[in-house]
Amino acid sequence: MSAIGNSRKAETLERAFAGRSLWADARARLFKNRAAVASMIVLAIITLMALFAPYLSRYAYDAIDYDLVSCAPSWWPGDAACSAGGTHWFGTDAVGRDLFVRVLYGARVSLAVGVVATLVSLVIGVLYGATAGYLGGRVDAVMMRAVDILYSLPFIFFVIILMVMFDRNFILLFVAIGAVVWLTMARIVRGQTLSAKQKEYIEAARAAGVSPFAIITRHIIPNVVGPVVVYVTLTVPDVILTESFLSFLGLGIQEPLTSWGVLISDGANTMESAPWLLVFPALFMAVTLFCFNFIGDGLRDALDPKDY
Amino acid sequence: MGALLEIRDLDVRFSTQDGEVHAVKRVSLDIHEGTCLGVVGESGSGKSQLFLAAMGLLAANGKVSGSVRYRGQELLGLPAQQLNQFRGSKITMIFQDPLTSLTPHMNVGAQIVEALTQHRKMPRDEAQTRAREMLDYVRIPESGRRMRQYPHELSGGMRQRVMIAMATITGPDLVIADEPTTALDVTVQAQILEILRALKTDKKTALALISHDMGVIAGNADEVQVMRHGEVVERGPVDAIFYAPQQDYTKMLLAAMPRLSDPVRLATEPREILLDVKDVVVTFPVKGDGFFAKTRPLRAVDGVSFTLRAGETLGVVGESGCGKSTLARAVLQLIPPDAGQVVWLGRDLTQAQQREIRGARKDFQIVFQDPLASLDPRMPIGVSIAEPLKTLEPGLSRSTVRARVATMMAQVGLDPAWINRYPHELSGGQNQRVGIARAMIVRPKMVICDEAVSALDVSIQAQIVDLLKSLQAETGLALIFISHDLAVVRQISHRVMVLYLGRVVESADAGTLYDDPRHPYTRALLSAIPTPDPEVERARARTLLTGDLPSPLDSRAQLTFLKSKRIDDPDAVQYRPKLLEVSPGHLVAEFD
Amino acid sequence: MLGYALKRFLGALPTLFIIVTVAFFMMRAAPGGPFDSARKLPPEIEHNIEVAYNLDKPLIVQYGIYLERLVKGDLGPSYKNKDFTVAQLIGIGLPVSVKLGLSAMTLAVFFGVMLGVWAALRQNHWQDYSVMAIAMVGITIPTFVTAPLLALVFGVYGIHIFGMDFTLPVGGWNGGALPNMMLPVTVLALPQIAIIARLTRGSMIEVMRSNYIRTARAKGLAAGTVVWRHALRAALLPLVSYLGPAVAGILTGSLIVEQIFGVPGIGRYFIQAALNRDYTLVLGVVICYAALIIALNFVADILYGLLDPRVRLR
Repeated sequence: MSAIGNSRKAETLERAFAGRSLWADARARLFKNRAAVASMIVLAIITLMALFAPYLSRYAYDAIDYDLVSCAPSWWPGDAACSAGGTHWFGTDAVGRDLFVRVLYGARVSLAVGVVATLVSLVIGVLYGATAGYLGGRVDAVMMRAVDILYSLPFIFFVIILMVMFDRNFILLFVAIGAVVWLTMARIVRGQTLSAKQKEYIEAARAAGVSPFAIITRHIIPNVVGPVVVYVTLTVPDVILTESFLSFLGLGIQEPLTSWGVLISDGANTMESAPWLLVFPALFMAVTLFCFNFIGDGLRDALDPKDY
Repeated sequence: MGALLEIRDLDVRFSTQDGEVHAVKRVSLDIHEGTCLGVVGESGSGKSQLFLAAMGLLAANGKVSGSVRYRGQELLGLPAQQLNQFRGSKITMIFQDPLTSLTPHMNVGAQIVEALTQHRKMPRDEAQTRAREMLDYVRIPESGRRMRQYPHELSGGMRQRVMIAMATITGPDLVIADEPTTALDVTVQAQILEILRALKTDKKTALALISHDMGVIAGNADEVQVMRHGEVVERGPVDAIFYAPQQDYTKMLLAAMPRLSDPVRLATEPREILLDVKDVVVTFPVKGDGFFAKTRPLRAVDGVSFTLRAGETLGVVGESGCGKSTLARAVLQLIPPDAGQVVWLGRDLTQAQQREIRGARKDFQIVFQDPLASLDPRMPIGVSIAEPLKTLEPGLSRSTVRARVATMMAQVGLDPAWINRYPHELSGGQNQRVGIARAMIVRPKMVICDEAVSALDVSIQAQIVDLLKSLQAETGLALIFISHDLAVVRQISHRVMVLYLGRVVESADAGTLYDDPRHPYTRALLSAIPTPDPEVERARARTLLTGDLPSPLDSRAQLTFLKSKRIDDPDAVQYRPKLLEVSPGHLVAEFD
Repeated sequence: MLGYALKRFLGALPTLFIIVTVAFFMMRAAPGGPFDSARKLPPEIEHNIEVAYNLDKPLIVQYGIYLERLVKGDLGPSYKNKDFTVAQLIGIGLPVSVKLGLSAMTLAVFFGVMLGVWAALRQNHWQDYSVMAIAMVGITIPTFVTAPLLALVFGVYGIHIFGMDFTLPVGGWNGGALPNMMLPVTVLALPQIAIIARLTRGSMIEVMRSNYIRTARAKGLAAGTVVWRHALRAALLPLVSYLGPAVAGILTGSLIVEQIFGVPGIGRYFIQAALNRDYTLVLGVVICYAALIIALNFVADILYGLLDPRVRLR
């Protein structure tokens, strides 16, 4: 305990009856972080837009219109080959579909992949890591060696092989990406479990006769949750990027469904002639990724504050 | 004549996430040439921050104002380049934790040489030779070999000697020692203090000795300054402070320090035997160095026996590596012993099933050393206290549990209204009371206190010891009090057992042990304890153990005090010194 | 040190073995084979082909044959590019990919560390914020956006300032000439620079707060000495641990970069081979990459041991 901290303890003696838990402390710190709060708001807006996509635009996401092929939005500077009129806010793509609604539908898919794949990795990673950490010894050494081995694989290659083998199955996409990402989660959970296990209050609980199961649920898990939550928010952007990578290679979502990855890779191809096709999806994806990163950093600082 | 170092109105503030902390409040002091200023205070007194600020070593969020003059030269506010002409050459500093205070990837010799060559141009070989000489001066054997070793390869005592070598090689006028011995064992502490004293007498170096231990200050300081909450409470020559303190706080500090002159607890009426430990052995496999090394057994506890009666306190004393904490855990069956018996109320627990042991847990509990680490930070203290009760007496209703927790909190001196507070909102002493409440709530017959007061400030220590004594008087419980601090042990124990490298070297009533110690190790321990009495300290002849504590892996180490029977082969089976009864109840291991 | 190195080396071999095995069985488990084509071949010809390529034997036997040949350095013939063996194909493409990847890695480490240390030493000042902002951008924008973007800016449109022409060739490798390398290497390095900068900054900040840095300052050492001799070595440790994943990241990125900039490396072979079910080529490429990564992990381990005496001396 630092000397600084102790003199503060004396000052906190006169205080209300209900204690101020570490979670409450962390929450207060998080909300003081302006970048994190702004990110949460922006992310909420994007999520809502994605959820209510069908109601926000009069166009269906797969409505083809060969009259308005690759047309810039009316407010786009410079002269493009054609202008899409006032109702296509983001312009149209190569077969005349409205870009705005496609970006929103892309949001649905990208966010869904991000969240679901992360959850998959969370479940696998937590189970694997907590088991290795709690059992310790030989079992832990073997399990972690396996993780080390997997870590050194160019995992993406196996995902590609998988996607090729099973023909771009939608569910498989989630599982495959989640399977790539769980390794670091397992490492973090295992590290946290190990250090939690060695804490004295675990020994105190054993001395009090608490059963191993109760120790795990009551003492270890609540103390491990913090860093795991931080890592989860930092995994989602990773997953979205991986999905966009696969889409670029042509191994991701199938037509007519779309994701930001597909939109961006299509847009990258027509960068010179129709830059808006790249700009808008890229912008949305970048902003979303930034938001997750800021929130993750904010959570990390809130849960483990360093004074200077 | 002006002072060597003059500090005027030094003020230090830190801006933290939770507000501003005023660590040092306009403190002034003088240090004269060749004298030692002892700065004493408990945690939060600002004594370390004061000197860190003077040396320009504050953390980034610290603000300092005031004046710090070295021989008339103002140091505060100097740009780093100019400050470095004094810092590290004329004024040097040594820190509390030598392991983290030495750069891990540079060998020890390089770090000492660096201290020298930074301030004085000289060819490398000369610098190396000077560094070696310095290592010899601080009494590190085999200095040539040690120069090339890394900090983690040295023991704690040796690392601190290296720090002293680094701090004195440039011939400074002032050495600031920030809690230099707090992290060290008692016998090693005595050796380090001896070196610091020699600096003063041999080299006429002034010393600023910062410590929370009044005994250390009494034996080394010429002037003393007492600090509290960032302010100076009292200042004066050492005899004045210790023999005629003016301020209440100073008086309280002096009174709280356990002394070897205090009355000893008399033996109680012998009651029933609760615990009978016979020849317990606990070993750990340790991997050897190198690629094909075998694992060797580390005999942490090597055949210890004792009995404990109801209402009695057994003090267990020893330095690091003596096995006292391992012994405690073996008795509680948290670590299964490899040999021997632990008989509780007639039942041998080493042979019992898990279920039986869990049932017996109601009878014995443990209080740990670090109050904050032994409480789950995410649980309110009421829940932590209630946990053993809910586990070991599952049939109780919620309101009964709550009532008992509240009663227990009051009994240990905590306001029951704090039942929903969290550990990080409480002080160290208060958290330790929570730990005691948690141990006592199931009304155990025996409580093991494993260094339970070692991490606390002196004034709090005294309170906790009193609490334990009153709980013992009220409930008739038996205590095993483990500590490295013989003075504290004396306050609370009826009988005392001294451990060395896993074996008992002496065991007797408290009175007998302190008045008539026989074994050389016990005598070394006793003579190494600093007492808060300057005259006694000055006059004392010391029975110093030389060198560091030997490694428990070395089987020859056990015969340090019986060298006549020692075989010099590391793999041979050594002779076991027998325990002899020199008078009723007084056991001493054989020695030369 | 030698014992440590030996242990690490022996640990690497089983890894390679497992990868080869998994890849082998995965490829065979996929539906479809290398010789499925639109037209159905007469059964005898199909049978002959199968025998010639050992496809009629049980899977385990095929595995055994493959391993046997592998040890001798024979990676088998490419099923699709019938005039070449896999080893030949890899021999053409591997040096190119290695040159590309190594240059990108060097660039990434150099700039990443410089930026990270700079930001750490100026923590919470504008230098720190700007580096972190750029790093964030570098991490979130995918390679397949920066590649065409930079190609557009530097290649198609070109930069003409101060009377100098900064146009860079966009397609073609030209045997690895410097102007041709600049764009692909930069694009490949960018995300890694960002990650390494963040990593180094965080680690440096941690280290600068430690007790031994306080001691170094107390010894009166100049600020530069404190940073370079005492802090940096410890701060680089997490970076060394990251080297493995960094290389994996660069290999992944090279798939895109090679495609967009027309670099004749083995990344380009890989996807085609996967889509065409050219078993041997896919396997060959995977083994190649895996061996590279494992070798680099080994180097990273050794480096770690050199930097941190506590690990090798215990």
